[in-house]
Amino acid sequence: MLSTLANPARFMSFSAWAAPISLALALALFAVGLPWGLFFSPADYQQGETVRIMYVHVPAAWWALGVYTFMAVASFVAVVWRHALADVAARAAAPIGAVFAAICLVTGSIWGRPTWGTWWEWDGRLTSMLVLFIIYLGYIALWNAVEEEEKAARLAAVLCLAGFINIPIVHFSVDWWSTLHQPASILRAGGPSIHPDMLGPLFIMAGAYLFLFASLAMMNMRAAIYRRRIEAARTRGAGR
Amino acid sequence: MSAFAATLRRDLALMWGAGGGALAPLGFFLGATVLVPLAMGPERALLESAGPPLVWIAAALAVLATLERLFQADLEDGSLEQMLLSPTPLELIVLAKGAALWVAIGFPLAIAAAPAAIALQTPPERALLVSVSLALGMAAFIGAGLVGAAVTAGVKRGGVLIALIVLPFFAPPIIFGASVAAGEEIGGAMLVLGGLALGAAALGPIAAAAALRLQAE
Repeated sequence: MLSTLANPARFMSFSAWAAPISLALALALFAVGLPWGLFFSPADYQQGETVRIMYVHVPAAWWALGVYTFMAVASFVAVVWRHALADVAARAAAPIGAVFAAICLVTGSIWGRPTWGTWWEWDGRLTSMLVLFIIYLGYIALWNAVEEEEKAARLAAVLCLAGFINIPIVHFSVDWWSTLHQPASILRAGGPSIHPDMLGPLFIMAGAYLFLFASLAMMNMRAAIYRRRIEAARTRGAGR
Repeated sequence: MSAFAATLRRDLALMWGAGGGALAPLGFFLGATVLVPLAMGPERALLESAGPPLVWIAAALAVLATLERLFQADLEDGSLEQMLLSPTPLELIVLAKGAALWVAIGFPLAIAAAPAAIALQTPPERALLVSVSLALGMAAFIGAGLVGAAVTAGVKRGGVLIALIVLPFFAPPIIFGASVAAGEEIGGAMLVLGGLALGAAALGPIAAAAALRLQAE
């Protein structure tokens, strides 16, 4: 399926209906998941009502990592097969992943206030998410700094893959570091295991984030392809 | 002479020769270290705990400041194209450039870290550990720095961009280096630091060479 879509013209006709459909799916899932999580799911026996921010926070964290993985795969395809659409896909995904990471950081901070008693705790997961956010910013900044678009795409792909190797190393080091510095480890949401009643809305929200990402990424890619076509048409016009 | 040795000698000559290029990072490091007690106050206990980590940060920033011109000069004057034409793989030449940077700037910074740490009230026996760990840390910094310098070689005034790109890669060595400097889990942290240095020295040149080939296109 991916190889059929690799053709830009076929991608354009596929995304013309796939993008709005996934947006509609995302909105529908949000319409189910948000009220379910925020009003109709059980409160936590320790954290009480504040646990509900989990339904916004945790899927954002999952997909901030998921989007970066997607970008790394696209970058790999771009580096190995020099495929133009893979470049466009990686670039289109980056700002969305960065926003997911930012949502995760902000909601994590808001969640930390009632549960940990502080706006920011140098907890291992929060710290690695912050580093991931900075990696996103560096990637986006490199894209914008290199003027020649094709070269920018290839260089960004190299950087994305290097960052992909870095992420697990950062994660491991930060875990080691936070256990070293905080012997009394912080209570995580709902204790060691999560109540099954909380899993339903959590997965629905995860699905909502996924379809939101898919639709926004496709729209971004369409915009990028249209921009390229306009530029190509302009240079043809100028040559005349 | 092999291309590796030739590049190493050329880069060392350039860094030591022209206008004391290797002295400037040392001076930067010294200046940044002086600012620490000025900002925190000269209180002994406070400096003793904060000193070694700040020495690490100052050294990381000093080496960061040298990265911008690392490949840019080669790209501008055509040396990079000669390197690409040479039968020696570009990865090896990039490794030579990184090694030269370590010898000319990384290692002197690691040596200078010991007196700087002592001046910040670190016990002298631990200051030696700061130096040794920083010598390893510098290799990890430079390996990551090669990638940042290579992807931004074509960007004019790319200094801040390099910093933004490279700093996330500095996080793991900083964590383990600061742990050695603080005297916690010295053996294990030193081993991990050595592993990070070797990993960066192995993977950094590969990624940097891939980026440099694109720069020359």
